[in-house]
Amino acid sequence: MATNQYIPHAPGYVDNDGPKIVSSRFVHEDSYTIERYEATGGYDGLRAALGRKPSEVHNEVREATVLGRGGAGFPAGVKWGFMPPERFPYYLVVNGDESEPGTYKDRLLMERDPHQLIEGCLITCYALGLAQCFLYVRGEMALAQERLAEALNEAYARNYVGRNILGSDFSVDITLTWGAGAYIVGEETALIESLEGNRGMPRLKPPFFPAAIGLYGQPTIVNNVETLSNLPWLMLNGAEAYRAYGSETSPGTRMVAVSGHVKRPGVYEIEQGVTTFRDLFYGENFGQGMRDDRELKMFIPGGGSAPWFFPEHLDLPLEAKPVGDAGSMLGSGAIVAMDETTDAVRAALRVVRFFARESCGKCTPCREGTTWEERILQRILDGEGRPSDIDLLLDIADNISPGPYPVAADPAQGLDAVPFPPKQTTICPLGPSSVAPIVSTIRRFRHEYEAKITRRDTIPVRAETPLAAAEHHEVSA
Amino acid sequence: MTDTAKEVSTVSVTVNGVEIQAAPDELLIDACERTGTYIPRFCYHPRMTPVGMCRMCLVEVDSGRGPALQPSCMLPVSDGMQVETESELTKKAQDGVLEFLLANHPLDCPVCDKGGECPLQDQTVAYGPGESRFVEEKRHYEKPIPISDTVYLDRERCILCDRCTRFADEVAGDALIHFMDRGNSTQVNTFPDEPFASYFSGNTVQICPVGALTAAPYRFKARPWDLEETVSTAWTDSVGSRVTVQSSRNQVVRLLGVDADPVNWGWLSDKERFGFEALNSERRLSHPQMRGDSGELADAGWAAALATVTDALAGTVPGRIGAIGGARLTNESQYAWTKLFKGVIGTDNVDAQLGDGLPAALVLGLPRASINDACRPGGTVILCGPDPKEDLGALYLRLRHAVVNDGVTLIELTPARTGLSGIAAHSLHPPVGEVASLAEALVGARSGEATPAAGFSAEQVAAAASAISGPVTVLLGRASVAESVDHVVTAALALAQLPDVSFLSLLRRGNVHGALDMGMAPGLLPGRTALGSGTVDSAWPTSPSSAGLDTEEMLRAAAAGELDVLVLLGADPLSDFPDRHLAVQALEAVPTVLAVESLPNPSTLAYADVVLPAAMATEVDGTFTNLEGRVSVMDQKVTPPGTARADWMIAAEIARRLGHDLDVGSAAEIRQELMSVAPLFADLNDDRLRDSAVDGILVTGSQLNPPEPVSSELSPRDAYSLRLATGRKMYDAGTLVQASPASAGLAAPVAVRLGTADFERLGCAEGTTVRVASARGDLLVPLAHDPGVPAGTAWLPVNSPGSPANALIDSSLSVTDVRVERP
Repeated sequence: MATNQYIPHAPGYVDNDGPKIVSSRFVHEDSYTIERYEATGGYDGLRAALGRKPSEVHNEVREATVLGRGGAGFPAGVKWGFMPPERFPYYLVVNGDESEPGTYKDRLLMERDPHQLIEGCLITCYALGLAQCFLYVRGEMALAQERLAEALNEAYARNYVGRNILGSDFSVDITLTWGAGAYIVGEETALIESLEGNRGMPRLKPPFFPAAIGLYGQPTIVNNVETLSNLPWLMLNGAEAYRAYGSETSPGTRMVAVSGHVKRPGVYEIEQGVTTFRDLFYGENFGQGMRDDRELKMFIPGGGSAPWFFPEHLDLPLEAKPVGDAGSMLGSGAIVAMDETTDAVRAALRVVRFFARESCGKCTPCREGTTWEERILQRILDGEGRPSDIDLLLDIADNISPGPYPVAADPAQGLDAVPFPPKQTTICPLGPSSVAPIVSTIRRFRHEYEAKITRRDTIPVRAETPLAAAEHHEVSA
Repeated sequence: MTDTAKEVSTVSVTVNGVEIQAAPDELLIDACERTGTYIPRFCYHPRMTPVGMCRMCLVEVDSGRGPALQPSCMLPVSDGMQVETESELTKKAQDGVLEFLLANHPLDCPVCDKGGECPLQDQTVAYGPGESRFVEEKRHYEKPIPISDTVYLDRERCILCDRCTRFADEVAGDALIHFMDRGNSTQVNTFPDEPFASYFSGNTVQICPVGALTAAPYRFKARPWDLEETVSTAWTDSVGSRVTVQSSRNQVVRLLGVDADPVNWGWLSDKERFGFEALNSERRLSHPQMRGDSGELADAGWAAALATVTDALAGTVPGRIGAIGGARLTNESQYAWTKLFKGVIGTDNVDAQLGDGLPAALVLGLPRASINDACRPGGTVILCGPDPKEDLGALYLRLRHAVVNDGVTLIELTPARTGLSGIAAHSLHPPVGEVASLAEALVGARSGEATPAAGFSAEQVAAAASAISGPVTVLLGRASVAESVDHVVTAALALAQLPDVSFLSLLRRGNVHGALDMGMAPGLLPGRTALGSGTVDSAWPTSPSSAGLDTEEMLRAAAAGELDVLVLLGADPLSDFPDRHLAVQALEAVPTVLAVESLPNPSTLAYADVVLPAAMATEVDGTFTNLEGRVSVMDQKVTPPGTARADWMIAAEIARRLGHDLDVGSAAEIRQELMSVAPLFADLNDDRLRDSAVDGILVTGSQLNPPEPVSSELSPRDAYSLRLATGRKMYDAGTLVQASPASAGLAAPVAVRLGTADFERLGCAEGTTVRVASARGDLLVPLAHDPGVPAGTAWLPVNSPGSPANALIDSSLSVTDVRVERP
């Protein structure tokens, strides 16, 4: 029975009313142990899969339209179909390098239900005929690494992983590895470089996607933690049951992390395409309203890379197409609400700084451009802005991401939305991601920039707002 | 390759509205450049894997899914591709990338060595914005920092194109520099206390698209617009790497590698690149010298010196005259000296090698391979010789590429681990003196039953033999001068029985292959022919009737009092002849030692009666023949110091004084005569040489037959002895290396290397001074542990600073046994 409140042993997770596919075990304090997992139907999905042909398992996933939960939202079943035939060995790589600002759902899935992920890996390997899987976990996630390592040992001991799994002729090895603290290795090709022992820098694609030439030059499927965590449930309940949740184009549930100025930030499992942003921020089941009942000023709908939304977008459902058409994306499911007291320039700087620090340094526009943007924004905030800085910021943005950048409509100015995705002069989307907050805020709050540059008056920012507090914390630390 | 694959299909691509044809796998940037559309770039280098880092080569490409900016250095062409390299979108991207690159670039062009030849400068002018909008403080680093003894890194100038780091990792295999930190703080650097100690570090300086990497020999020496240049050939080893020699104010200041596809691909070893410093050495001989009454060498006039030389040569019979050396001269000078000795004086006692090489008939008589032959994809290379990384740097890079990238199988039959062992399919280190039996066993295993040999089991022999596939190239050289050359001859003749086999000589010394081609070996005449072939009869007043002595025989004759005059043509027997004891005896016994030298070496300083100063490479016109037999030009760029002259002039002058006019007034005239007397070289006319300035002309064919096998009995080894193996390091105590400030300090001091078992049995710590004793004498040298040395072998570098290893060797013995003991 859902409690509609935080659960102490799953920090940040709210056990709300609603269908649960991946977070159903979070209520149990010992959900990460194999005993609890087995007692709650664990590895039955694997058994169900082993009783069917691999192609049937693949078809089930394809029919269910399990959308990738890492950011791009590409259907996993279709991605799996890109593997070229007869080029063995194939590899499965699980992307557990969750590090987008405001995202912490994969961490919970790995900490609270590691066996569910392992079972998802096994089902994938069975469907695609793979014998080797790599679990790549973000370097900073010590508890997730520990729990996964423990779970892997248990799973090996009980023959869920290893040779002749459950007496079948299906064998898989799962290797656990972790990063060294770089956001960019969340990008799948950089992750593959890192796995190979190289510096985590993205590879150019096209011409070759990992499914064709990936880890060690072999066909490789890279899937997100949450994507794979759906599979045990799917195997047990079937595509039809899966599609009963969510909308036609975005079936199932997904985990979103709501943060910022809401009364109850946290990770929620929601129905895709049904729940709206308004539900998330104001619903009793979810955020329960803006803190101090202030007005919402703007929000980030899908992680730091996503162009920002404004109050008129509150009624959009969390579904890829409508959000994309409106000029943004759902990305990694990190939703950040900012209330009326938020300084738009400072908020933009906060996000831009993240990308500047996390740029891998490979492509010139990102390496030089993101830091340049950061320094201009800082200069404006320091009262050293120049009138030309706004156009300069937009032109630097244009040199990183040429052409109109995705952005939400602005009815007040009669401007239409520019749909996702952006164009880029870089290999990966990290550089262009830094453009999102700049273009979003300049388009909507140009007057705030101008005020800082020409009148040089400060906009009071309350010290207790999360953004300001975070900065304050960083400085004092 | 099958016939169907040879039918090259092309795709058509539209570039700026013009349709071009390209091979299906060709990169767009290459296809555009080939057809006359230059796309600016920084990180792309045709000899390295593209990385698409700098983003300068972005162009607007429509492959059917709408136009988008794509890096042309990573995009293979596809049929129907529409490319715009000058569209507004492309120009805006180029403009943006250059502004980003310049944002943190210091723009210290007036004091930057690259200024005037800088791709960043050039492309900014051609494609960049007029001015920068960057008003922030630029990135600062300490500048410059030395990353090796030779190379300096200025991280402020660096645009992070990954060229130097990719070269170090991919091409040289010395991944000692890499990116550190990330984002805007990304920098190239070395690990602390691990310098960029690579034999190939100079290449990174050449390919740096800005002035971030500079090398000590050229720093602040000249500005590019003051340089004069000519395409030439590197002379410090026998690879024959193509170079551009650049001079300023009559002084050579820099060598740059030229991309000759069959030879060095633009790469040079640091020895080739910086060896020019010896030209400008203060120790250069600029005047003749004669040993006065006090016993000291003193400057003399040419007339007096030549008179002494002529008197000495005229005062004896031809059979009592010998000449050693000449391997570092141009082909033309070598021809002139050969003609003087063999055609005017009539002695066949001429040998360009110092007993440390191979018989000429072996090098010229076996089927020969080119470097490209050795690097054929799918072929096999058998290394039976010295370490190419130490001796022949540019060849090492080609071999490494072939093995790592092109699927060439490498099998090593070397006395110890080499620079290529890490990528070798089979790395066999037979005991000293047993390489021939191992080679015979390998060949035997190909045709029948594998047998154990040289300490390897039948299975090991069979495994190595079964790895041999495709065309086979044997890299043949003298790995160790501590064992008789007979072992190498026998091994080579055994390997010659493999199917589809050819040989690439690893003789290392400059133009030694030219010397053999010009007849500077006993029994030889110019044009790879034997004495008595009659080819020179029309042009030479005389020719020897029977084969003369080689270097070892000459030294023995001299020591026995059977030689009156010994001519050293840039030769240093004390350091280079394997048996120092014999060299000393010979030089002391021979009445007159004449030396023709550019830089004084230990032998001339101690024993020469007359020293004639000779010009060096870049100071004379001529040609060079590399280890493949490829002839390429070496042009004069500067004048020799003082009254030093070209070697051929000295030979002609001596001949004239002996009563015969060689009748030549230039290198080209000597070449004319060579073309007439040697049919192999009949095509080497000036026009053809000019047209082949980059690739050179591969001269194939030979009228010599390989030598007969010789049996060399191995004496049994006693339980306490180790067998001595020697080798060379790239930097040693050699005259040229020591006259170049950039490399003089890099020579590693001598140390005796033992394998793990022998090292542990000795029970001394590394660095302990130990006694290495042979029947000839003993040395006190530091001890080093080297797991790459096989059990039973003690390895010493020859001609390293410190104790001379050749003092231990008796060249009359088949192998040299030594004891290594606590002193």
